[in-house]
This record gives sequence, C-alpha cells and structure tokens, in this order.
Amino acid sequence: MDYFHNMDYFHKFGIYTTIMNFERTKEKLHILADAAKYDVSCSSSGSNRSNKNKGLGNSTGMGICHSYTEDGRCVSLLKILLTNHCIFDCAYCVTRKSNDIKRAAFKIQEVVDLTINFYRRNYIEGLFLSSGIFKSPDFTMERLIAVAKKLREEENFNGYIHLKSIPGASDELMYEAGLYADRLSVNIEIPTISGLKLLAPDKKHEDFLKPMFKVKNEIIRYTSEKKIIRSTPKYAPAGQSTQMIVGATGESDKDIMYSATHFYKKYNMKRVYYSGYVPVANDSRLPAIGTQVPMLRENRLYQTDWLLRFYGFSVNELLNDTHPNLDITVDPKLSWALRNLNLFPVNINTSDRQMLARIPGVGMRSVHKIIKARTFRNLNWEHLKKIGVALNRAKYFILCDSQDWERKDLEAEQIKGLILKTSSGKFRNQYSSQLSLFN
Amino acid sequence: METLEQTNKSFETKSRTFIYDGSFNGFLTAVFIGFEQKMSHADIQPNTSVQNGLFTETETIFTNLEKAKRVWNGVKNRSSTAIKNIYFAFLSEQKGIEPLLYCYIQKLMQCTENNTSNFTDDCILKINQLAHKVGREKHRMEAFVRFQLTKDDVYFAIIEPDFNVLPLVSKHFRSRYADQQWIIYDAKRNYGLYFNLEAVEIVNLDLQNTFANSIHENTAFKSEEYDYQQLWNNYFQSTNIKSRINKKLHTQHVPKRYWKYLSEKKVS
Repeated sequence: MDYFHNMDYFHKFGIYTTIMNFERTKEKLHILADAAKYDVSCSSSGSNRSNKNKGLGNSTGMGICHSYTEDGRCVSLLKILLTNHCIFDCAYCVTRKSNDIKRAAFKIQEVVDLTINFYRRNYIEGLFLSSGIFKSPDFTMERLIAVAKKLREEENFNGYIHLKSIPGASDELMYEAGLYADRLSVNIEIPTISGLKLLAPDKKHEDFLKPMFKVKNEIIRYTSEKKIIRSTPKYAPAGQSTQMIVGATGESDKDIMYSATHFYKKYNMKRVYYSGYVPVANDSRLPAIGTQVPMLRENRLYQTDWLLRFYGFSVNELLNDTHPNLDITVDPKLSWALRNLNLFPVNINTSDRQMLARIPGVGMRSVHKIIKARTFRNLNWEHLKKIGVALNRAKYFILCDSQDWERKDLEAEQIKGLILKTSSGKFRNQYSSQLSLFN
Repeated sequence: METLEQTNKSFETKSRTFIYDGSFNGFLTAVFIGFEQKMSHADIQPNTSVQNGLFTETETIFTNLEKAKRVWNGVKNRSSTAIKNIYFAFLSEQKGIEPLLYCYIQKLMQCTENNTSNFTDDCILKINQLAHKVGREKHRMEAFVRFQLTKDDVYFAIIEPDFNVLPLVSKHFRSRYADQQWIIYDAKRNYGLYFNLEAVEIVNLDLQNTFANSIHENTAFKSEEYDYQQLWNNYFQSTNIKSRINKKLHTQHVPKRYWKYLSEKKVS
C-alpha cells in the first residue's frame, strides 16, 4: 500500500481525525452521552432504507437492540448531544443554563466518524442526535441537519438516524431534516401547559407544536405524492415521536394519557415515551435530588399505552374522572376487568378477537394462537397453559372446554387478593404494606 | 388381518435407524426415503451421535439433492411457515429433533387444510416453540456480534451461539456491510462466514489465540481498534442512569453466556 493510498484509506474510514484527538473525543463523548441519556427513546424500528450501490448499512422494519445498560434500557443508537451549551433554563433539564456543569461541543466530523466506526463494528443501529440550543433554534437545527446530510451523502450511510426537532425551528429546516432522518422527535416533556409555564418559563407551548405539525404534514404529503411519483425522496420514514416526563409536576395519570392520546391522534405519532423523572436539580418546584424514580408508575403508563395502541381499548375506559390514576398494585387491564366483571366470563372457544384481547393474562400473541388453534378443536385449560396464557390471572375470567370455572361467585376484591397472593411482581417491595424483616 | 399387518409393519419400521450426514439436505433425503417406504415413524440420527439399539437395523442415507429438493418443495407448496419452522427447528440441533420433524412433516402432508397452526397438537406446538427459540437466537446474534478490525482490513468477530444460526444471519450482515470484508466465526461449531466484498464463503480457521474481550491486546488487530473499543466502553458506562439500576433486567436482556465476546463487557 503506497502512501497516498494509505491517506485515502484513513480519510475514508475517518480514523485520521479521531486518532489525533482521541483523549479529547473521549472526554466529549463522556459529557455529551451523559447529558443525552435522559431521552428514553431508543427505537430503531419502522424505517426502510436498503443498501444500494455497495454502501454502508441498511435499516429494516425491525429494530435491533445491540446492548442493554445496567439499568436495563436498550442501547440501539449512539445517543449523544451535539453540544450541551444551552440558552434555555428549563428546571427539569440537566443542561439548563444555570447548571454548573462541564460544557462541550462535538465537531460535525467527529460525530460522523464516531457513528461510522461504531456502526462498522456492529455496536449500533445508527445515530440519535440531540442538542442543547445554542445561539438560536435555527442555528442549532442547521448543525444537526449538517451531520445527517454528511452521513447520507458523503459516507453513503443507510443506517438509522433519529434527529431532534428543535422547538422553534423553521419549516424549511424541518423539511430538510426529514429528507435525511428516519425519525424526528420533539419532546413535549411537561404534559400540562400550566406545568410548562412553571418549569420552563422562556419556552412557549406553540414552539414545541410547530415543528411537530410541519413534520406531520410533510409525512402526509410524502405518502400521497409517493403514490403518483415513485421516486419522491423519502421523508422521515419512521415517523415522529415525543416524550413526557412523569412525576415532575404532580400531574395525574389521566392528564398524561389524555395528552398522549391527543398526540397519537392529532399528530400521528409513532410513539409517545414516558420518562420517570430523575431528579437533577435542587429546585423547590421539583422533587428533591435522591427522590426515588417512579419506575413502577412509568411501567403502568407503558402498559396503558400498549392497551390503547394494540388491544383496542379507548383511554376513557382505563382512566376517567372516577379513576384519574392507575392502580399501582395490578396491571391496567386486570384493573379494568375487575371494574367490569359483568362482561365476564368470556368463552375462549366462541368469543371474538376484541373480547379475547380484553382478558387479563392473555396477550396479543396468545389471542392469535387461540383463534388459530380453536378451529381444530375446543380448547381446555391444558391447551391454554401450553399456548402461554397467564392462567393465574386469566382463569377467573374465562370459560373453556371444561366443567371447572374458577371465579364461581367471587367478588372483585377477592379475585384481586387471590391473584396478588399467588403472583410475585417485580416491584412488589415498593408497594407491599408488609414490612420486610431483612432489608 | 389387515390390522395385524399394519402393526407388523410399524413394528418392522420402528426398529430401523436412518443415519445421515448431519446436513439439512441429508435430513430431507432421509425424510424422502421414509415417505417412500411408508414408515409411520422414522428414527433419523446424524452420523455424529449414533445410538444404536441392540436389534436395530441401520441404514446409511446418502444425501441426494434431487430427493431433498422434492421434500423441500412439497412442504413449501403446502405452507411457507412450515418450511421456515422446519429449517429453524432443525438448526436447533436438539437431540431427537429429526424424528419429531418427521412427524411434523407427516402431519402436514396428511392433512388437506393447513394445520401448521394447530397449537393443540403437541408435536406442532413443540416445533413451533423450537423455531421461535432459534429465531430469537438469530436476532440476538445480529445484535451481539462485535467486529474487531484486523491489520489486513477484515472486520472479525467470534460468536458461540446456543444454536447453529450462522446460516440464518448471513443475509443480514451481507446486506448491511456490503463495503467491508468481514468474518463471523462460530467457535463452538468451528466454522465461519467470510465476506470477500463479492460473496459469502464458508471458512475453517485454526484459531490459536483467544479473541475474547480480555484486556490483553492482540497483535492481529489494528491499534486504533482498541481506541474505538475504549470509546464504546466509555459510552456504555456514560449512558447508564445509576438511580435506575436494574441488574436483573440487564442480565435478562444480555445473558451472561454472551458476555465473553462483548467489548462493552470487558473485564479489567
């Protein structure tokens, strides 16, 4: 390999620049990954970008989690901030202006090099790039787009790119962002307008909604134009998402889920994420540092989200003025079923898909199997167990090909008691009234 | 009279063992011959682990691509799910998988309707579950492969999967890393895939050194390789939220048996 060939190689793989500043890059990566970790979105699915002309990478419909952190969250994308310099002072945010922390900023080329080299080693599915807002929203958005553009056009990169829509960014930039990114997201963070006024006084609610609205309309335009002109350039094929912080401003589960439903319906969101607030400031408006992260509540909200998106529930069945908060001790479907015992028992062998999906302990996978299997014969307890139904919950709500019916004439409270007694929840220690002796 | 004849027949066939070469085509050939001889059960075993009964008669099956293809097409015409399930379950390499698959194929061919989704049948459910397990392992390998760049510009990775999933991941890596040379080597089964920028070929290597994620650097790799591993390792630490620690969930997602080749799990 001659000298010039060698240099060419270095440029191609971006190793040259990175070697030079290895220690500095390491420090920046530490600061800017640490600051980005509170964004919980890690999805790398739903896109469709194939590898053309022997380029690098592809993204199929299915995402891949390449690793998991010790807190059990998926690592699928290189999730970093371009910079943690920020002109805003949002109380809940670790990079707020008034916070005394180390600041750093990546060069565009550095982010490109890191992404490419991590991707080539199969560490990641792609890049998740967010940023503190420096100078102005448009100035910041331009830099984010520059990274994505460079990856797509110069590196022939077909992996996944998730860009943050910066609140207040112009429509022109949001259009350009969608040409290079697979997914765009803007985090609403605070589910209520009053909460936002309290914690982020210099941000306007409309600033969050504007880029969201633009992206939604562009996606609609793209899908309709695509039908006529096949070569219409892709626009954010994996759609957009948003995130809400849970447990920072005393909002109810109803507030959160109603506003999530609003975003799903009004903005065609692919996902709404719920992030249990991790205290990062000593501020009288917020839970103090050291307060436990509301992980169980977060879990219940995700379960509700799934019931809304995949199980055919509507939000007012699960949360309403009489039940503004989810039951912490049992999952939301079981909680709903216990309030509506008049709809049960459901006959496994005759009921329709919608009703099967409403039985506690029966997931969509089991629903599918039940419907397939029952065309061959009537199902009994043994079949259901083998298929994978969680009978410890389901048995009180179903009839099958057997004389036994578990519920008999039990009341809702009795059923709940029996289920709790025979199961072991992963968060049980958090709400058990029984004192444990040894911890 | 007829019933006696049938029992006799099944008695005869029960005590016959087919030995095949361990390849999928070899197995399909054995199935073909089993069907040809109208055997109700077929004790099919790979030549690597033959267990003979005292009075069993063994018959060596020579792989015949033509016969294998006929079984493949026959099943595929019935159901594409079935052919996928059969191939995936076969790669699980579980002991006694062959007779179970034979029974599965029999059930499939006997029935006029598509009964691959008859989950009340033990044999069908079992094959389904095994195929599901192998599918999960395939997906895991797509995630857990960690390439290291060698001095001759080959991205090199070692895996030790529970099941023989290398044939299943080839396409994924080929379409993803079309512009780099790579090798994924199954150290457990001692063969690997090498992509030479044009096509994937099967290679057997004599691995003298261990390439696990130990802190000892190996001279086969470029020096900047270890810089990137360090960056990745640091990233992995920084992105963790300590106040949300949940080690149980962590090991559930990344079981310990895979840590050996994960660079972010490097032991110091």
